[in-house]
Amino acid sequence: MTTNYEPAAPLPAQPSGAQPPGARSAPAQEQRWVRVGLIAIAVGYLSLVLFIPAINVFAQAFGHGFGPFLSNLTRPDFLNAVKLTLIVALITVPINTLFGLCAAWLLARKQFRGRAFIISILDVPFSVSPVVAGLMIVLLYGRNGWFGSFLVAHNIKVMFALPGIVLATAFVTLPFVAREVIPVLEEAGADQEEAASTLGANGWQTFWHVTLPNIRWGLMYGVLLTNARAMGEFGAVSVVSGNIIAKTQTLPLFVEQAYKQYQSEAAFAAAALLGLLALVTLVLKEFLERKTRIKTATDEE
Amino acid sequence: MLLLPTTALLTTAATTGGQEFWAIATSPIALSAYEVTFVTALGAAVLNGIFGTLAAWVLVRYEFPGRRIIDAAVDIPFALPTSVAGLALATVYNDKGWIGALVAPLGIKLMYSRTGVAIAMLLISLPFVVRSVQPILTEMERDVEEASWSLGASRLQTFWRVVLPPLMPGILTGVALGFSRAVGEYGSTVLVASNIPKHDLIAPVLVFQQLEQYKYAEATVIGAVLLLISLVLLFLINLLQAWGRRYDH
Repeated sequence: MTTNYEPAAPLPAQPSGAQPPGARSAPAQEQRWVRVGLIAIAVGYLSLVLFIPAINVFAQAFGHGFGPFLSNLTRPDFLNAVKLTLIVALITVPINTLFGLCAAWLLARKQFRGRAFIISILDVPFSVSPVVAGLMIVLLYGRNGWFGSFLVAHNIKVMFALPGIVLATAFVTLPFVAREVIPVLEEAGADQEEAASTLGANGWQTFWHVTLPNIRWGLMYGVLLTNARAMGEFGAVSVVSGNIIAKTQTLPLFVEQAYKQYQSEAAFAAAALLGLLALVTLVLKEFLERKTRIKTATDEE
Repeated sequence: MLLLPTTALLTTAATTGGQEFWAIATSPIALSAYEVTFVTALGAAVLNGIFGTLAAWVLVRYEFPGRRIIDAAVDIPFALPTSVAGLALATVYNDKGWIGALVAPLGIKLMYSRTGVAIAMLLISLPFVVRSVQPILTEMERDVEEASWSLGASRLQTFWRVVLPPLMPGILTGVALGFSRAVGEYGSTVLVASNIPKHDLIAPVLVFQQLEQYKYAEATVIGAVLLLISLVLLFLINLLQAWGRRYDH
């Protein structure tokens, strides 16, 4: 039941011992033009849909040198958007990491009624439209929502405020950590943990010295994906935030707003910043994937 | 955190009453929004099924300069915020953009139309097929292909009869995941479409617009329809993955 909406961390190792394509036996030898043609088509398609637009963001942002880029970065509304984005990530990521760990441990180690059901609905936040996710938060915490009258009576503002943005972000990033940790936990098995507790370790010691070292790369992978999505979420946040400039506007919302108001320089400056975030995420991801690959390779020996 | 929001949406939608629910869910604007969303998303997912499989093949089987970087960059849509993706596409493919300007003299308008929505859906659903097919291709034994060749099968026959069948569960899983993602996509699609009803308005944007106009009942009903469809897709994807695991053993 692993519905991976994101690629699972431990991609199997490439067969490093395989012969280079040129050295294959005669019938297996690909004709050169077929190979070049297929590579050209694939790379061309990826470039058209993906690479050219991505490169274009940086070209637009830095096209007139770093000066305009930097001057856009010091706009107050921009700085507020950056601040809010960081705050949201700082709240959401730890909460969802903790929750994801607990959920993963429960689902991997315990048998209980409804376990299969929970595993299958764990992916709902990935499969549902972000707008619908935002709508769910509105229906719960909005003025006419389930908790609406309670919140109004106690003067707690959730909608069009930070709590609403955090709730929406937490919802859409909920499954990442659990999704990455469950397979690692299942593979590691419970033997070592049982051995530790037989030898007198308490629950916390067992977790800290036995479980955590086993799952750390998977966990970090999950945290990385959670963070990327938390900082980049647009749809769900845009439903609940009200997009009040300098108040409830996160960086992805700033990009859209600036673009719509024909302030393309500001839009591209913000987009480039988010693009850099994506770049860092991808580099770290590659690094973590290599770590898990090495780990599985040494385990197999 | 998970159950409560889902239940809130479904029960609120259920209290709308059968007749009203049906009337909203099948209003002309909603029907055209479903059509634009699902047909375009299906087209994008299938196209990515073909090119994604090809990309996976090229990345696993061939050695060429830049392969590693291209392989890592396939994940860009997972890491890039959707509004940035939308902005990037709107800039590249508009009449004055790097690519849009090339086809503009031919009278082809790529942005602010269904084509724009399709391009955005292509981008955000791109990695799914590549990432579902890659592990299968990596593990696949090449001996079988070589056996097929040495027994006299042509390259095409080998591909159709030997290579493709074990890849099928992976391809279909990737297509279903990409379709599911494309159906729900909002951030990038809203920036590349003109969002005019019955033209290129997609269902998630419709829900958003209704919320902006405080039409909560309408938003809830169409949101519930989208949620139910996502749940069905989730179930389908689980089935496909179970099918794929049967191939492993």
